[in-house]
Amino acid sequence: MARAVSTNRKITVTVIAWSIGFLIFFPILWTILTSFKTEAEAIASPPSFLFFEWTTENYGIVMERSNYFLHFMNSVVISVGSTLIGLLIAVPAAWSMAFVPGKNTKNVLMWMLSTKMLPPVGVLIPIYLIFKNVGLLDTRTGLVIVLTLINLPIIIWMLYTYFKEIPVDILEAARMDGANLRNEIIYILTPMAVPGIASTMLLNIILAWNEAFWTLNLTAANAAPLTAFIASYSSPEGLFYAKLSAASTMAIAPILIMGWFSQKQLVRGLTFGAVK
Amino acid sequence: MSTQHSRSAARLMISPSVILLLAWMIIPLSLTLYFSFLRYNLLMPGANPFVGFENYTYFLTDPAFFTALTNTLLLVGGVLVITIIGGVLLALLLDQPMWGQGIVRILVIAPFFVMPTVSALVWKNMFMNPVNGLFAYMAKAVGLQPFDFLAVAPLASIIVIVSWQWLPFATLILLTAMQSLDSERLEAAEMDGAGPFARFFYMVVPHLSRAITVVILIQTIFLLSIFAEILVTTNGGPGNASTNLTYLVYAQSLLQFDVGGGSAGGVVAIILANIVAIFLMRMIGKNLDA
Repeated sequence: MARAVSTNRKITVTVIAWSIGFLIFFPILWTILTSFKTEAEAIASPPSFLFFEWTTENYGIVMERSNYFLHFMNSVVISVGSTLIGLLIAVPAAWSMAFVPGKNTKNVLMWMLSTKMLPPVGVLIPIYLIFKNVGLLDTRTGLVIVLTLINLPIIIWMLYTYFKEIPVDILEAARMDGANLRNEIIYILTPMAVPGIASTMLLNIILAWNEAFWTLNLTAANAAPLTAFIASYSSPEGLFYAKLSAASTMAIAPILIMGWFSQKQLVRGLTFGAVK
Repeated sequence: MSTQHSRSAARLMISPSVILLLAWMIIPLSLTLYFSFLRYNLLMPGANPFVGFENYTYFLTDPAFFTALTNTLLLVGGVLVITIIGGVLLALLLDQPMWGQGIVRILVIAPFFVMPTVSALVWKNMFMNPVNGLFAYMAKAVGLQPFDFLAVAPLASIIVIVSWQWLPFATLILLTAMQSLDSERLEAAEMDGAGPFARFFYMVVPHLSRAITVVILIQTIFLLSIFAEILVTTNGGPGNASTNLTYLVYAQSLLQFDVGGGSAGGVVAIILANIVAIFLMRMIGKNLDA
């Protein structure tokens, strides 16, 4: 950092970067703004940007007319449920691969990753038919099962890359002092692993919340999460821009906020540790 | 240094994951493969005779398959070109000293967290709609005819929507890679008389090449399976103009109830995805040794 950056240059960069950032963010901003307009104002020409009568009626209408709360809860149950179950299965696996690696560990990891590359449409029919036969179609349980399985490789990989960074010497010292496997996990590993587990959890809730292949194909009215609920706006009746915006804003707000917190982990999680 | 005891414990801890993923892979895959050799339509109950490669012949010679394959390649290729070029430029920009870098980063990354159905419907209605969309208004304001994006250029419009969703991903990863580039080396090169273009092409691009490869491979995996965006904007139409392979298989199996034909399409999709996956796995595998 030897060179001082000229102020002019910094101003130029700032202006350009903010303008581009604003442009990229604009569709989201526009959706949020439109959700506070009346339907007539939402399609007014010229469109009003900030100076309109702000109203929250759309939120009320969306909540009232559709079973919004049900779909919201479906999203919560499905994304959080599949993530927690996934963690329960993945933590022991990632732990053992990171700390007791065998000669096959690398192959097992790669093989797990390869299951993630299976295009979902390749297994859509069997899953659909099996679910139909055992009554899992359009149930939360069914979606939790599928999302747990499709995100399990990512969970294991993320945890593995985090656990790898925990210094092994500490564990060995504890073993010397007579700590057994159980104590090792509870007193040494867990406190060091919690941050990694937390970011894995966050990223996976985001991925599961936004998943839009299985959620659209395996649900109808009962278990439809917000992805599928929003999709029902693709064949609208009458004026609906403001209501679509209100429903969309509610659907993306929690994840936007969570996402902003997890942007650092995102890189690691989505590149399977290939870029850090 | 692990004992026999900890080794068997380790095996025990890893087995649930392995068993579940093995089941998840083998059971549906073998069923898809099995169905693909049957004449099996849900609308025609009764025996499902073995028909050999008939479904494959039918699927592969269907003109819709060729259209869908072309569309898939255009969709993947188009989005990759836009997001990689845009991502490199944005990463270069965001790597410069500026005020409020954190906030700009947050603004740029935001589209990635928007669920596909929301972004597709927002773009379709509030921007691309030829009557009430913002683009139509802007066109009218400067005296142009409004353009019906999703009817006239459905695939290009979907490429735009999907690029908006994936640009943040490319930017974030390329920015992360960019930040590990030693700025002193760049300054040394500058003092030795290397211009900005020379520095970009001989130092920045080689440094980013690995990250770019990762972005290409990972995005390809996801882009091959684009589905929701097509379903809520065009339903694959008009005609087959915006049908990709994923959507074609979906339509064949869940809209026409042709399990056999859909399964054959599914197997074709798996084979295509595998070709990409092999390259990606090699890259990640190499990194594991490091």
